[in-house]
This record gives sequence, structure tokens and C-alpha cells, in this order.
Amino acid sequence: MNAIIVSALLGVVMMFSGILLKNKSSLKYIAIGGLLLLLIANLFQTYGVYTIVVNSHDLLRFQKFGLFFNSIAISATLIYVILSGKDIENVGNYPAEYFALIFFVLCGVSILCGFNSLLMLFLGIEILSIPLYILTGADKRNLKSNEASLKYFLMGAFTAGIMLMGIALIYGATGSFGITSPVFINTPTPGSAPKASFLEIAGVLLLFVAMCFKVSAAPFHFWTPDVYDGAPSVFTSFMATVVKAAGFFAFIRLLEGQTAILGPTWKILLSFVIISTLLIGNITAVFQQSVKRMLAYSSIAQAGFMLFALYSFNEVAKEGILLYAAAYSLATIGIFAVLIKLKDYTLDGFNGLAKTEPVLALTATICLLSLSGIPLTAGFFAKYYMLASVVKTGTGLWLVIVAVLFAAVSVYYYFRVIQAMYFREGVSETTEITSGFKAGLIFVAALIVLIGVLPSLLLNYFYF
Amino acid sequence: MIPLLLILIPLLSGLAVFLLKDSPSSKVFALVSSLATLVLSLMAVFTKGALTYDAAWLPGLGSRFSLLQDGMSKMLSLLTAISFPVVFAATYKNVYQRSSAFYGLMLLTQAGLLGVFLASDALLFYFFWELALIPVYFLCSIWGGEKRIAVTFKFFVYTFIGSLLMLVGLLYVYAQTADHSFAMQSFYHANLPGHAQNAVFALFFIAFAIKMPIFPFHTWQPDAYEQSPTAVTMILSGVMVKMGIFAVIRWLLPMVPQAVQAHSIFVVTLSVTGMIYASLIAIRQDDIKRLIAYSSIAHIGLMCAAIFVQNQIGLEGVMIQMFNHGINVIGLWILADVIEQQLGTRKFSELGGLAQKAPVLAILFVIMALANVALPLTNAFVGEFLMFNGLFQFNGWVAAIAGISIILAAVYTLNMIQKIFYGNTVEKTFEAVEVSGNVQWVLSILVLIVLVMGVYPQPMIELTKDTVSAIFANR
Repeated sequence: MNAIIVSALLGVVMMFSGILLKNKSSLKYIAIGGLLLLLIANLFQTYGVYTIVVNSHDLLRFQKFGLFFNSIAISATLIYVILSGKDIENVGNYPAEYFALIFFVLCGVSILCGFNSLLMLFLGIEILSIPLYILTGADKRNLKSNEASLKYFLMGAFTAGIMLMGIALIYGATGSFGITSPVFINTPTPGSAPKASFLEIAGVLLLFVAMCFKVSAAPFHFWTPDVYDGAPSVFTSFMATVVKAAGFFAFIRLLEGQTAILGPTWKILLSFVIISTLLIGNITAVFQQSVKRMLAYSSIAQAGFMLFALYSFNEVAKEGILLYAAAYSLATIGIFAVLIKLKDYTLDGFNGLAKTEPVLALTATICLLSLSGIPLTAGFFAKYYMLASVVKTGTGLWLVIVAVLFAAVSVYYYFRVIQAMYFREGVSETTEITSGFKAGLIFVAALIVLIGVLPSLLLNYFYF
Repeated sequence: MIPLLLILIPLLSGLAVFLLKDSPSSKVFALVSSLATLVLSLMAVFTKGALTYDAAWLPGLGSRFSLLQDGMSKMLSLLTAISFPVVFAATYKNVYQRSSAFYGLMLLTQAGLLGVFLASDALLFYFFWELALIPVYFLCSIWGGEKRIAVTFKFFVYTFIGSLLMLVGLLYVYAQTADHSFAMQSFYHANLPGHAQNAVFALFFIAFAIKMPIFPFHTWQPDAYEQSPTAVTMILSGVMVKMGIFAVIRWLLPMVPQAVQAHSIFVVTLSVTGMIYASLIAIRQDDIKRLIAYSSIAHIGLMCAAIFVQNQIGLEGVMIQMFNHGINVIGLWILADVIEQQLGTRKFSELGGLAQKAPVLAILFVIMALANVALPLTNAFVGEFLMFNGLFQFNGWVAAIAGISIILAAVYTLNMIQKIFYGNTVEKTFEAVEVSGNVQWVLSILVLIVLVMGVYPQPMIELTKDTVSAIFANR
């Protein structure tokens, strides 16, 4: 609850500070301070200290898992703003609004971390999405940015409709917006399995489709490459990390109790989605020349791995999704921060970066190694937990094998960037790079390696 | 404590070398560090009994930082510890751009290799397995030959696919262990049912077969050996391929004995096919590096076959041969490098009559080459004799077919010696001079090992006896 209130208030504060403050470069520091405040507020709640006690009538229910996830999301945003704050200011004329919108997105994330009712889910998703439509179109004079924004908005609106339809059907079948357990109609003959009503099944499926859209799982991923490519790169970084991870969290929370009514069909359906996501994300990424677009497809591919948490739904999967969210966000924020500084977003733009900017090249390499899941980086344990959670269920070993083969494919396109930086001749041109930025990058890289060696540092915290 | 230090010394000094700006001191530093490792590994060899180290690492996952140095590990860490100073000394005159990065990555590779040989926790083993690969990828891609980027990438992707499949296998066995732990003993006692054993066998074996490499997973190897900088090639063929063989003995044999039994004839057939196939290709080569690469595939094939025949004498042969093949092949690479550095070519067709110009080089080369053919009195003879003995006990026909490869080895090796060293001097060899002092020293040490091990192999058999008998004790 703390985080929802504080983030909404901070959004308003940021908007007004844009009017009151003449010096625009101080906005970044206000945002950083606000994020720290938000993080502290959220941590307070984790340990049972509330700013305002609100009776939400069980529409919201905060558990440690959700609060911890929220802390990760806020921390990731904090790192993101520290690294790329300057670039956010440079996108357009109204930087205060961008920061405000980021806080509103975090408000949506906070709701998604604690929703206990389908209504709250819908609210959270919308509060999260609408600022993103604006941020995507923030580069007003760029036609691609406008196109991306409109596309995202229309598709998003359409999905919102599907989601509402699903919620309506479930409400019609069960008379409740609760997400905890599906309602079974008891069959008249004792001994036979209870059945769920058709309305409810249809509702759950529609919700599944809508959430697949939000986390860009195939075959509902078509918006992702265009939107990620068209949006200003700083905001792509934010969308691909914090927002996506929050979508996954909501996905898991939503369907955890619901899949039982789909019976064995659920695993078949999900396997289809996982494999097509991995296939489309990885194979298409191989053919990209623009690194930004490659990262868009790679985010689809990574979503395929995160979907494993839905397949297994066990403790390992829960720990894993936290770790995955942290590892994936850190690495993607890092690589995007480097990408933004380059003048040329194609692979050739990276040529020879190791000679001109060795620190950038090294940290980008660590981020890429983490994304490809090489041991000693956080990405390895992220993938490890996902695979382990499925192996633990005792079924779906074939799915795991398919997934690791696609992970090997992913090495191809991630390493092409490393090859460009280290092994190819060229003079990579960058905009001005401050030593503070370098220090930030080194911090991110160190964090990735630290989690990669001792993931328990992050996860043990979860149990205290 | 010794096992831990064996990993820490190269790891920390490797990281430290990165900090030295490209000064010549990085070379000295790397050499000193590798000598320190050598001293430690000798101490380990002369300590009785298995050495262990154990510390908490990932309690939530049931994985500990535990190391075990039994006979086989002692032998392989000795090989690793000998190889690196030898390689550093032999290539001492080579000049590398960004030399601190080069030596740093080399030492990190050594840390990874030693970790693989010492780890007694499956997840830790996997970590080091990958840690050994990543620095090699950078070494080959930065300092390699003309086609280095594509070739190294092929090598990397090949082995990475293998590692990932192994990871799935590890996770599967882990889920079946009674106490949910990655410890070696838990893996040994996982008692998998028959069909699960077959699946796990397949997942692990592909990873190890790619690493060794055995036919038909060998296609990355000749290109990678040819394109890598020679110092790295020495490590790749001398030590790194032993990772695959080591892993089969350490993990696969005790973990899934039934599946190994069931697939032994299949693997032996593959290995023997690969031996003959690689030997035939080696005959057709015109390039020293590629010839050694193919001959190495043949030797590894024999070792793999000798493991899967599953008798004591064969396995003893493998143990000795792992060490000896490492020594011999590194010697050959050093000589190939000397010839290439001096004359600018590796093609037999452009060489000839070198023995008149450089007699010491010729003598050293001939001894190393004969050791490669496993002539009696050289070290390789003992190992191959034991391995063929094991093969014969398994199946006479298999031993006979595999035996053809010895004849073929003599054909290509003697052919190479003849074309390079005898006949008339040609344009390129006209200006040839004798090998430099440091290379002579290094090679004399290797020759000494070759001869001593050829005449008196008993200490090495004794050293690895505990591992061999432990494997057969449970049957």
C-alpha cells in the first residue's frame, strides 16, 4: 500500500517540479531522491510499517513475495534513472513529465504486486500501460515514434477489451472478482471429477491471451519489435525491463490458482506458447542488423524462459522469477545504457568499441554474457532456476531440452555484438561519456557478477 | 588447502595480470605464477591419500564448494601445471599485442581447467567447465589466425550446446537425488531407473563427446587448432580435451553404470570409426598443425574406446595416456610453432632438408614424433599397450581394427618427418638456423619425461590406482 500511495504522490510532485524549477538538470536528482523514498516506503511495508492504513476490502493483499518483487522493480528503476537520467532529459522538451510518467508506471507496478481481485488487476495494467503509450510517443517529431505509440495504443486498447471480456465472463460464472481459487460445479454423481463451467474456462483463456499480449509472448508478440524499435531508446529500456517483469509477476499471481480448471489442456497450451515464443524470439533476432531491434526480439526470447515459471508453479519457480526479473533487468538496462550512447545502432556501430571505450565494452560484454546465461553471471542462475523448476515437476524434460537449444541459438546473436566490439576493426563513435556514467556501469556489471557467484545474497533476503 | 590454492593462484594472478599495463613484466608474472602452481601440484602428487577441501557456497541449492583431489585429479592437475609454464617458456619470444590481457586470460583458463579436474560438486564442476571455455573463446578470437572469428565461434557454439545439455542432465539427476544435493556421492548413489539412465547418459555424453572430441562431433576441432594462437592450441589439445575424458570417468561411469554398459558397443564403434577416419584424413594433410590435429582425434578416440570397454587394464592405460598424450602433443606443437615462426610456413610441400640446417631440431622432432606413434621406450607405448590389451579383452575384432590406426599413424608421422627434414633443402629452408636456447631447454625437459615415463611408468600407474579401483569396486 505504501508504494502505491507514495509513487502516485511522487508522480504529481514531479509534474509540478517541472513548472516550478527553472533548472532542468536538477529534475534527475529529484527523481532519484523520489525513487529512494519509494524504495524505503516499500521496504517499510515489507517489515510491517505503514504510512497510511487503508482498508482495501481484500481487493489488495500484500505478501512478502509481491513486496520483494516490488523492491526489485523499484531498485531496477533507480539504477535505470541513475544511468540514463541524462538521456531521459534529452528526449524532448518536457523532461519533468517523463519522470512523472515513470512514477505512474511504478504505481501500476505496485498495484500489480498486490492485487487480489480482477478489478485491481485491470486497474494496475491500465495505470501501467497508459503512461507507456505516452512515453513511446515522446519523441514527437520522429515519425517512427508516433507510429509506435499509435500501434501500441490501439493494440493495447484492444487487449484491454479482451481482458475485460474475460473478467466479465468469470464474474458471470462465479459471481466473484477474486483470484484465489476457481469455482467448480460439483457433478451430481459422486466420484467423477468436478467440472468448471464453460463461461469460466472461456474467461480464464481470454485473460491468458491478454496477459500473453502484455508480456509479448508469441503468438501475441507482433507489436513488440515495432514498438521497442520506434520508442526512444531510453524508454525502450524501461519497457523491456521493469514493465515486462511486472507483467510476468501479475501473470503468475493471476493464473497460479486458476489453471486447475483447464486440466491437462493447460500444459499443452502453455508448451505451445513457450515454444513459439522461444522460436520466434531467437530465430528472428539472429537476422537483425540493428542492435536495438535485436534486443527487442531477445526480450521476446527471454519471455519464453520466464514463461517456465507458469509451467511449474512451485517454490523454485517463484524464487526463479524474482532472480530472473533482477538479472534480466540489470543486464538489459546496462546494455541499453551503452547503446544509447552510440551514434549508430547497427552492429557496425559497435565495431572497435573495445579500443575507443574499453569500460563500456567490458560492461556491455558482461551484460551480454548474462543475457546469454553464461555461468558466473546473474543470467546463469536465472535460467538455471527456470529450468530446475520444470525438471523438478518431473514432466516436460523435452521442453527443457528445446529451451536450452534455443539458449544456444541466443548465444549467436549476443556474441555477434561482443565480436563487433572486440574482434572487428572500426572506430565506434559515441556521444560524450562522463566518468560518473562509467562508474554506474561498473556498478551494474559488478552486481551482475556478484549475483552470478552468490545468488543467495539476493534470495536469502527474500526469506527474512 | 592445496586443492583450493591450486585454483586460487592462477585465478587471482590471472586477474592481477590484467591490471599490469602492457609491460613485459606480465610475461614474467605469468611464468612465476604458473611455476608456483607447478610446485603445489607436485606437493599434491607426493602427498599420500586424497586431498579435499569443502566450504559452504549455495546452501539453498544443495551445492557446496567442495574439491577432491584423488589420484586421477592429482595426475591431471600435474599435467595442467606442467603445461602452462612449458607453454609460457616455449613461446617466451612471441610478442602479443595487449600482452597483459593475453596472459591474464591464459591464467584464467588454467584456473578453469584445474577447477574442472578438482570439483567434486556437480554444479561447481559445471561452473568451472564453462569458466575454462570463456577465456579460450577470447584468446582464440583476438590473437588467432585469419579465419579466427568464424572458426572460434563454431567451436564455442558447439561446446556450449554440449554444456547446456549437460546442465539439463545435471538438473535431472539433482532432482532424483535422495538429499537434493549436487555432491558427487549423492550423484553416484542417485540409483536412476533404466530409462532415466539412458536419458542422462545421452545428455552428458554429447557434452563430453563434443569436448573430447570423438567422431562425429569432431568437426570444430581441426579448424580451431589451426586458427588459434599456438600457445592456446597447446593448451586446447594438451589439456582441454582431457576434460572430456576426465568427465566421462569421473561422472558418467559411476553415475549411470547400466547405461554405460548398454551403450558401450555403440560408443566403442564410434570411437574406432573416428580413429580410422581421422588417421586416413591425417595422411592426406599438407599442413603440420592440421596433421597433429587429426592425429590427436585418433588418439582421443582410442582413449574413449578404452574407457567404454570397462576393464581395469584399459582404464589404467587411459590414465597414463591422458598424461602422456598431453606431454607429447604439446611437444609437437612447440616444434610446429618453431618451424612456423622461423620459416613462415607449415606446409610440407614448401619444406625439406631441414635436418642439415638444424640437427638438434630434427632430433627433438623425431623423438616427439616417435612418441606420438607409440614406439616402445617412449611414454605413449605403455599407455597404448594397456589400452589395446583392454580392447582385446572386450572384443578381438575391435582391437584388430583399432590396431590399423597404429600403422596409419606410422605412415603419416614418418611421412611428415621425411618431407620436412630430409631430402634436398628448398628455398624456404635455405636460411634456416638452429632452435633457440629456451625452446631447447623446454623440449629437453619434455623429452626427458617421454623417456622416463616410457621406461618406468609404474609410479604413474600407482598414482591413479585409487581412482581406477574405486570405479571397479562398486561393480
